Amino acid sequence: MNKALKIVVLAKQVPDTRNVGKDAMKADGTVNRAALPAIFNPEDLNALEQALRIKDRLPETTVTILTMGPFRAAEVIREAMFRGADGGVLLTDRKFAGADTLATSYTLACAVKKLNPDLIIAGRQAIDGDTAQVGPQVAEKLGLPQVTYAESIDGIDVQAGEITIRRRLEHGVETVAMRLPGVITVNASAPACRPRNAKMVMKYKHARTVSEVQEQQEDYYMALHKERCYLCIPEWGSGDVDADEASLGLSGSPTKVKKIENIVFQAKEAKHLTGSDGDVEGLIKELIASHTIG
Amino acid sequence: MANFFLDNKDIQFHLDHPLMKKIVELKEQGFRDKATYDYAPVDFEDAIDSYRKVLEVVGDVAANTIAVNADSVDKEGPRVENDRVIYARGTQENQDMLTQAGVYGISLPRRFGGLNFPLVPYVMSCELVCRADAGFGNIWGLQDCAETLHEFASEEINAEYLPRINKGATAAMDLTEPDAGSDLQAVMLKATPNPDKPGEWLLNGVKRFITNGDGDISLVLARSEEGTTDARGLSLFVYDKNHMAVKVRRIEHKLGIIGSPTCELVFTNAPAKLVGDRKMGLIKYVMALMNSARLGIGAQSVGIMEAAYREALKYANEREQFGKPIIHFPAVYELLTNMKARLQASRALLYETARFVDVYKNYFHLEKERKLEKEERDEMKKYQKLADAYTPLLKLFSSEYCNSVAYDALQIHGGSGFMKDYAIERIYRDARITTIYEGTSQLQVVAAIRGVTTGVLLGQMQGYEAIKPVSELDGQYRTLVTMREQYEEALKTVHEVSAKEGSDADWLDFHARRLVEMGGYIIMGHLLLQQASHPTAGEEYRISAIAFIKEGQAKCSAHLNYIKAFDPDSLGYFKMVLDEKVEA
Repeated sequence: MNKALKIVVLAKQVPDTRNVGKDAMKADGTVNRAALPAIFNPEDLNALEQALRIKDRLPETTVTILTMGPFRAAEVIREAMFRGADGGVLLTDRKFAGADTLATSYTLACAVKKLNPDLIIAGRQAIDGDTAQVGPQVAEKLGLPQVTYAESIDGIDVQAGEITIRRRLEHGVETVAMRLPGVITVNASAPACRPRNAKMVMKYKHARTVSEVQEQQEDYYMALHKERCYLCIPEWGSGDVDADEASLGLSGSPTKVKKIENIVFQAKEAKHLTGSDGDVEGLIKELIASHTIG
Repeated sequence: MANFFLDNKDIQFHLDHPLMKKIVELKEQGFRDKATYDYAPVDFEDAIDSYRKVLEVVGDVAANTIAVNADSVDKEGPRVENDRVIYARGTQENQDMLTQAGVYGISLPRRFGGLNFPLVPYVMSCELVCRADAGFGNIWGLQDCAETLHEFASEEINAEYLPRINKGATAAMDLTEPDAGSDLQAVMLKATPNPDKPGEWLLNGVKRFITNGDGDISLVLARSEEGTTDARGLSLFVYDKNHMAVKVRRIEHKLGIIGSPTCELVFTNAPAKLVGDRKMGLIKYVMALMNSARLGIGAQSVGIMEAAYREALKYANEREQFGKPIIHFPAVYELLTNMKARLQASRALLYETARFVDVYKNYFHLEKERKLEKEERDEMKKYQKLADAYTPLLKLFSSEYCNSVAYDALQIHGGSGFMKDYAIERIYRDARITTIYEGTSQLQVVAAIRGVTTGVLLGQMQGYEAIKPVSELDGQYRTLVTMREQYEEALKTVHEVSAKEGSDADWLDFHARRLVEMGGYIIMGHLLLQQASHPTAGEEYRISAIAFIKEGQAKCSAHLNYIKAFDPDSLGYFKMVLDEKVEA
């Protein structure tokens, strides 16, 4: 930890819930993933940008993406590499499936322990679950300090092992210092992630996990991966992260979904307002009271 | 997420052209960079895949940053503070985004930090950026200057300047002066050797109408030979903004492309380095630079057309009158079909020209490394000849069509199009410059008529006639053959009358535009016909081919009639305007 940091960014591939159509839910109440494009969770991109900014300042810093999901979640790792991350690890195993935030954070914590970073950065929350629990739970499980709602990392003192972080809170901005190693979760109000970089895209476009290489069964990739080891994205299963199997996936998840309801907004009665001060003021009061604005 | 590359099948089609194989092989020379650079392609498929992926990056930034900023950039514009240009907020954001995306220096060799792409994908990137914001397209397109340095400057100058391009340094070409516009031989800005520093020159004087004049790296045309007054006294120099010896006196208030700063510059003992050889500035280097710039305006015009067409199509579907969307009315759908035909025809000519330039420029660079074989040299000459004939034709047609498509697109918007509320209002203003700068349409005709008189265009038409279309388009093919016969007849008529009247130049000049246009209709007609006969993508072009050839046929007949019915005496009537009194 001299001139550089070892950073792990936690990222998740999520269904794009921002463009939900009629077929977003299946009849049984679960998310119809086929109908929604899989994307890089937006706030995780903000987190990645913060990590890359540290790398801009301390060029020897390494940024590793850690993501848990099915094989196709390797997309997230490649996307991050196109934007400047050094590599990533895909946590994938049938035993991980069906995890709630407790089991997810347990699995991630086991992997983080193995990677042994100086700093862990995650998005505040994922747009599919909206819990904002995974980042903090990872910190708790690892016994690390955590700073949530981060908007920027202002100071890095590698020698002292301390960083200064600006947090966006409901009524203002707070600047805090945190000892490393530690966990930061980043808000959507933080700077947007940089675009893909042309040279990185060309360098890493053939990056694949072992499963993907096997699936494609192309000698081309096999040969290329042998020659260029940075193209191989490691896959870790439960055995690789020394996890207690009972705490993984469905068996490690106390949260059970009881019921899912489809809410359909219905138009209410219309109201006629004039442009008079009284009417406008009345409307403002009403909207504040209903927490629509303010 | 919106992406201007992925949503455009027509651009993608041109990346698959058979000539790309040759272009990539010339550019990559046995893929020799693959061991040295981790981002270099290993084979042809890998190279094309990389072009596609990088164009996707440009298409993303174009759609989600540049296009989003276009309106605010148009309203805010750049300004001058303390003799320096400050970009509009959005312009700076666009620039930063493209720099971070690492796409600048797209055609420069890898050893200078570039991506070593051929010209075709570079031209595509220009089109994508211009569709988003034509004004910003100029800042993007001025990386042509780096290409000119790469072609003609010493390795020492290149090693100093070119690596900065990929890191986001912007460029400018400082040619025009108050008394030297179309006639660049009149350039007066003075270059004198610095007596204290051998190898350095000092520039003094004024330049006007300089796009991005406060750019980091400027190519300056200046008079290095004291006492001369013509082109042979001019040399090309490279100036580094870090010297802070050039002041921006003002920026112009323009009709369109407002985000692109047009500067008046004052040079005061500005230190500069000579590019290439003395006295070759205008004759060789600026001519090459202008040719690339004209190709760039072709791309800009196509980009603007794409934007205008899409705005019009959207509006015509949304706007209802008499109980239905206006696209259902013949007057509107006819306009839209012809707009699309012009757009696709212009794009076909754009990439045909870009491929010709690509092949010969690659040979040009190869020749610096080793002696070319005879057949390579012949091929270089052949493609250079084609590029020289097609470039002015492209500039002429694409910019004129750009204006007609923008005009019609605004017309489809009706009264709303005249208001500032719709993007078409800006697009219409932005389109207007394309027929003017980098050589007016009138000057393109002067350059393009050579392709007519030397028979290069005719040779191309005959070559295209050897390619038979799918049988459904036989009628269109026969029409094109008839149009070629009309073209030959028109040319013959002009030559005969000239010979009889003994005023060859006047006659040819008078009818030049008509002849060049006839040539253009036929050549673009053939290109569309070939695309419409493509085994998989043909359907995409069939309607455009039919519509374009129909319109071209009508125009060719009209031009031939005009030429044939023209009484030799009437040239004098047109000249009588010279005697009109100009009111003070």
